[in-house]
Amino acid sequence: MSLIEITEVKKRFGDNEVLKGINIDVEPGEVIAIIGKSGSGKSTLLRCINGLETIDDGSISVAGAQLLPDELHLKALRLKVGMIFQGFNLFPHLTAGRNVMLSQMVVKKTPKAEAEVMAKKMLERVGLGHKFDAYPDQLSGGQQQRVAIARALAMQPIALLCDEITSALDPELVNEVLAVVKELASEGMTLLMVTHEMRFARDVCSRVVFMHQGRVHEIGPPEEVFANPKTPELKQFLGVTH
Amino acid sequence: MNYAFDFGWLADYWPVLLKGIGITVELTLVGGVLGVSLGIACAWARVLGPGWLKPIVAAYVEMIRNTPFLIQLFFIFFGLPALGLRMGELPAANLAMVINLGAYGCEIIRAGIQATPRGQFEAGASLGMSRIQTFWYVVLVPALQRIWPALSSQIVIVMLGSAAVSQIAAEDLTFAANFIQSRTFRAFETYFAATLIYLALAIVLRQLLRGLGWTIFPRRTAR
Repeated sequence: MSLIEITEVKKRFGDNEVLKGINIDVEPGEVIAIIGKSGSGKSTLLRCINGLETIDDGSISVAGAQLLPDELHLKALRLKVGMIFQGFNLFPHLTAGRNVMLSQMVVKKTPKAEAEVMAKKMLERVGLGHKFDAYPDQLSGGQQQRVAIARALAMQPIALLCDEITSALDPELVNEVLAVVKELASEGMTLLMVTHEMRFARDVCSRVVFMHQGRVHEIGPPEEVFANPKTPELKQFLGVTH
Repeated sequence: MNYAFDFGWLADYWPVLLKGIGITVELTLVGGVLGVSLGIACAWARVLGPGWLKPIVAAYVEMIRNTPFLIQLFFIFFGLPALGLRMGELPAANLAMVINLGAYGCEIIRAGIQATPRGQFEAGASLGMSRIQTFWYVVLVPALQRIWPALSSQIVIVMLGSAAVSQIAAEDLTFAANFIQSRTFRAFETYFAATLIYLALAIVLRQLLRGLGWTIFPRRTAR
């Protein structure tokens, strides 16, 4: 049984069908890059997996548990699957450390001292142990995104969803975030990432999903997808001219 | 003009004034704390609450914001006893102020909540927090920070508006001034003193609220 099973998932916004029957199975430890033009449905797919969007048809299950849209099931799902956003979404009124501690204390009812130890450990892991007491507005974009990663990791998820996590960063800050993600991948974390970093996708990912007009247009290992695109749409997307 | 100004005698009435100040401060403190709490609850209900609650809260808010405070006060103190709800002038004054600030506070705080970036709700949700937990731990403090100056002004307005409670014989500062004036017929001196005291109270209250803001909100919010 796969870790994440996405079966015939459909999603529409009004008349606009954004996902037209998506099927992807993700094995534990896989690192999957989802690429495609804007509007192809890749972010929506990721948001569906975390229950931020409800699906209209099909099913999504994580570690054998079906995604159901009530608060109890959603909470159980979100404890297994962490999400990192393009805009970081740190809580501005809390320090980096508090950002990482909050959900542990509120959701998991972890005692404060324990949550603090975990927060320190996770901030160390993303190279920001010394920023425990800094507020988000005192951190660079890259640092904020790394705190967001630490915050997600502190909930000990079995998989992480990354929604264009380097797109809002200055070019020189992209690498520090990707380095953290790369390390997570090497430690065996299951990752699903929507990304425009093709180089990163080629180097780190086990499979690449190319989405086009709400469907999985091509899927395969990066060397295949990048070196030998089969469809004209993917060729055009990659800028390959034959 | 042959009116001889004389402020010296005011010293004799200082205890009366002091008691009035005490009542005004007490009304403001209770009205402020409970009124803001009610405002927060109502703002939550109007923006994020269940569907059946929204029209009820909206009706309450519009009712209060579109009627005079004095009438609300009279209704509570003189009207409600007909329903068997009898209360002293101070509880009635407190209740009227809480209900009044609750409604105005609701609208101000609502604006702060609605200005919350969607990503904050999504971040809370993605970490497994319930909607109410996300509101309480994530959304509320930055929302209050956004509207703190407006809310502070409203609290000062309510403090000044508390002068109306003298009309149901709650012995606040205005009641004290009226009492002194009726005893001495020295209207100028009496109301001049009352004016200065209200002015001082308002300035102190504003400074306290500003200081409170600095402590609750350690950072400037982004956006």
